[in-house]
Formats: sequence, C-alpha cells, structure tokens
Amino acid sequence: MQSSKIIKALALALPIMTLTACGSTSDAESQVETNAAETAKAEKANSQDVAVSAIEKEKAFKIQERKRKQDALRQNTVINFEFDQSRIAGEYFEVLEAHAVYLRDNASVKVVVEGHCDERGTPEYNIALGERRAKAVARYLENLGVSSSQISTVSYGEEKPTDRSRTEAAFAANRRAILVY
Amino acid sequence: MKRIILLLSLVLSCFQSQAALEILITEGLDTARPIAIVPFSYEGQGDAPLKLSSIIAADLARSGKFNPIAEINMPQKPNVESDVDYAAWAGLGVEAILIGHVKEVALEQYQVHITLIDIVRGQITGGSSKILSEGQLIESNDHIMYDADVTADAPRFRRLGHHISDSVFETLTGIPGAFKTRIAYVQVDVEEGIEQPYKLMVADYDGYGERQLLSSQEPLMSPSWSPDATKLAYVTFENRQAQIYIQDLYSTAREMISSFPGINGAPQWSPDGTQMAMVLSKDGNPEIYVMNLASKKLTRVTKHRAIDTEPSWSPDGKKLIFTSERGGKPQLYSVNLDTMRLKRKTFTGDMNLGGSYTPDGLDLVMVNRTRGNYHIGRLDLTSGSLQVLTKTYLDESPSIAPNGSMIIYSTLHEGNQVLALVSLDGRFKARLPSGSGQVKSPAWSPMQ
Repeated sequence: MQSSKIIKALALALPIMTLTACGSTSDAESQVETNAAETAKAEKANSQDVAVSAIEKEKAFKIQERKRKQDALRQNTVINFEFDQSRIAGEYFEVLEAHAVYLRDNASVKVVVEGHCDERGTPEYNIALGERRAKAVARYLENLGVSSSQISTVSYGEEKPTDRSRTEAAFAANRRAILVY
Repeated sequence: MKRIILLLSLVLSCFQSQAALEILITEGLDTARPIAIVPFSYEGQGDAPLKLSSIIAADLARSGKFNPIAEINMPQKPNVESDVDYAAWAGLGVEAILIGHVKEVALEQYQVHITLIDIVRGQITGGSSKILSEGQLIESNDHIMYDADVTADAPRFRRLGHHISDSVFETLTGIPGAFKTRIAYVQVDVEEGIEQPYKLMVADYDGYGERQLLSSQEPLMSPSWSPDATKLAYVTFENRQAQIYIQDLYSTAREMISSFPGINGAPQWSPDGTQMAMVLSKDGNPEIYVMNLASKKLTRVTKHRAIDTEPSWSPDGKKLIFTSERGGKPQLYSVNLDTMRLKRKTFTGDMNLGGSYTPDGLDLVMVNRTRGNYHIGRLDLTSGSLQVLTKTYLDESPSIAPNGSMIIYSTLHEGNQVLALVSLDGRFKARLPSGSGQVKSPAWSPMQ
C-alpha cells in the first residue's frame, strides 16, 4: 500500500522535475504545455457542463412529457361509477392526479364537480346519490392537496342523462361525475 | 287477468285535439261496473258547447270503477225518467243510467238537469215505489239516486261535466269524486337545439287545459301542491345549483325559499299549509328538515350519515314518512314529529323508496324494487302486506289522487318516459301517452 503511493507520487513528480530542469531553455514550450493543460482542463469542464445540461434537458423533457401526459389525462373529465355506488375505480386515479396537479399549480382555477346517475331509482334518491359521487371526487382531489375553496359540487341526479337509450351501456355512461372548469 | 287494450276513441274523438295527454286504458275495464251515460237532449241555439255525456262517461271509465257502455249498444236513449225501459237495461246487466237535458237559458248560459237511476231498484218497483209515511202511502221514488239542476257558462262547460261526474261517482261509490283535480308534471324536450327544454306543466287530471307554468335551460324537479291548490313548490337548477321555489299558479309570482349549499330538494307542503318538509345537505349529507313557511325557520328532523330523503306527510300532519338507507339499502321509515321517534316501515324487496300515505292514512304507496325491477307498491299498514301494483318498466314518482282511488306515476313505455295510472287495488291501469318529450314527476292536486 505504502509503496504504491510512493510510486504514484514519483510518477507525478518526475516529469515536473524534468521540466524544471530545462525550464530556462524553452519558455515557449512551457507555454505550450500550460496551454495544453489549460485546454485539457477547459475541455474537462466543458464536458462536465454538457453532461449537466443533458441531465437537465432530460429532466425538462420528462417534466414536459409528464405535463403533456397530464394535459392529455385532463382531457378526460368524466369518472364513471358502478350501479348505486360512489367508489372511485382505480382506473381514474391517474386522471384525478392530473387534475389535482393542475389545480394545485393554478390556485385561481375553480372546478365544479357534477354528480349524475342512471334513471333507475327515484329522482330524489338519485339526487342524493349524485351528490355522494360528486363529493367522492371532490374529496379525492382534496386529499391530493387541492384547496377545498377551488372545488364546488352539484348533483343533477338522473335529470341530465348523456345517453337516453336506456340500455345497460347507456345506464353505465350516465352514472358519472364530471369535472367542469 | 284478461288484458283489454281499449282506446276510448269513440268518446274522445270529439275533443282529442285539445288534450296533450290522452288517457289510454290498458287494463281493468272487465271488472268495472257496467253503467250507461245516455246522451243528453239539447234545447237551444245551435249545438251544445260540448257533449257532456262523453265527458262524464270518460271520467267514470278512468275512475277504474265503472265501464260505461258504448252509445251504439244502448237499447234506448231516454231523456226523462218515465221513458226508461228498465227491463231492456237490466237485460244488458247495466246497474245504473244517467239521463239529462241541456237547456240554453241565456246567451252561452246553460242549465243541465240530470237524473241518476238505479236500474235494479227501478225494475223491482216499476219506477213507482210507495212507502208508508205517517200512516199514508206516498211516492218514494227510491230508484232515483240523484237528481239535480246545475248551470254553467260555455267556458266552464267541461268543468260542469267533471262536476256531474263527481256527483255520480260519489252517489254510486260513497267516495268523493276527484274529476275536478289537476296534475302538475315536468316535461323535457329532448331534441337538440331547444333553448329551454325543461318545462313545468299543469293540466286537468285528464290532460285537458294543459298550461306551461315555467320553462328553463336547467332541470326542474319535484312539483308539490299547496293544500289549497293555488301554489306549487318545486326545485330548479336555473342558477346552477338546486333551489326550492314557491310559485303562485294565478299571479305566477315566484319566491325562493331555500338555496343552501348542496341539495335543496323534495319539497312537500304540510297538510295545513304552514310548513314545508324538504331535504337539505348543507350540514354534510342529505337530511330531512321542516321549514316554517312564515318565519323560514328550519327544524332538523333526521341526523344520520346515510342518505335520508323523500319526506311525505301523514294526513294528520303529525308524522313524516321518508326514505333512508341507514339500514344498508333504501327503505321507508316514519318519524313522529313530536317525539322524533323513528320506525322502519318496509321490509319487503331489495329497496323501497318514494313513500306517501294514502288519504285515509291506512296504506303507504311507494316505489318497490324487487329483483332489480322498479314497480309501484302498496303497503297495508295494518297487516304489513305489500302488494306490487304495476308491471310497467322503471316506475317512479307515485302521486295519489286526493280521494285515494288512483295513483299517477311515471314509467317507461317504448323508450319514452310517460305518465300512467293504476288504481289502489292494482286492477285498473291506464297510460297517458304524451305527444312530445319525456313526461315525469307527476303531482296530483288536492281537491279544489
């Protein structure tokens, strides 16, 4: 261990000693040498800079990509529910996360969460169920850090179906919460 | 049960164009009592404003209790009692006949004389029974069940017909007729591009005289009549949130009575007209409240994290029936407003919603969900037995006629929301197909 360190020190010291020996003879040479060293140093610094900016570019790209993805996700403003249920399905977590990020970043933006139901059950009960759905979405956003002052809810029950064909598919489409900016 | 599809085209054809909601009887005429409304004779200038006998026959057919025989099957058309051939009518199984005479007494002023005759009694006595009174034999005419003179001007002629129907119905059944009542309902025009597709409508119980009270860009819900039938309470979303308004039917003046954050819904006038039961979610989730309409002071009735909704008053105003899912699924509960004590009322089926008391307070009418099907049901509060009354699809919003004879409700027929009728015993069924849009949330007016 000790000996290898000495060898390394010598390896560094020897050329310096040699340079010092013929120092008076060629200033230009040393100048060149120095220049070369400086260039190397500069090059080294430069490559470090390039590496940093690449990481930053990648980071920025990722942010942009994520923003793009979230913007795309935010295009989705409808959350569908199971019959007589107000539980938010896992497939909507990403979408709501995207809305939450946007609302957190834009504190002045307000959103209305509308709750809707299919036509089964009485209109009054569906008003209550629709409110429960709207509030489930509002609570989810609040849990992701959105201020409650940015969110309001309204339940339309079964009064505003998106599809009046009364098929199972229509009922499923009508059981929804909508984020309205 | 034999299903009779009978379009009352004969009796309705003369005034079909005026009715937006025509009544189509789909079931129950075979069990109704046969009677005859003989066309009235007329004395005056030109023609009588309307064919009164047709209006009365249609009313009685729609009551579900009577099956007026067609004019073409009548053995004779008498206008005075002495002309009645009792044997001929009895041979047809007809229980009673109504005869009448219309006389124009002044310009567009009419006097109508009507006589309701018991055919069975008349056949026994030959139309001239005598009883012993204070030692003397006098004419009793006990086969004449009802005999009256009524007058009306031309614009009120239809109402006069309903008035006579009320008298005939009450004489024959002992139950007051409800033929002068009205219904309020919501109509939604679903075609594209209609600016204000939501409409609050009021019409005579048979669909005539339809009038638009309000139209809106946003949903209208839950019309409820004041006990004097002069005002409606309803829910509107016109300001992008639920609000409860009261509107006068005559002045059309409106007053907003409730606009709390969240739900402002299901208004129901107390029987004495001083209070309004409603649903508010201002404290977090839907709860039943009662508002004093003079002071606007609220009394909270329920306190539970589950949904409580659809309050409806007992006839004495001391209790509310409401829907609650505190037991897991929506069921009906009653609450005594003095003691605030609760009692669960329904146990049959997956769910029971939208309950209301019959006018005698002996039954509850509700929407029953059994094996996924929503039908109108009736719960006998004495025996606890629940009878499903309808077989139609997605039945909701039942509203009971003020004489307790019939329920009007909303149902789905051939992909459209329409109104339908069912008698309290489930035997009589009729549909009110609408010419346009979706028709829902019917509310039957009190007696007026």
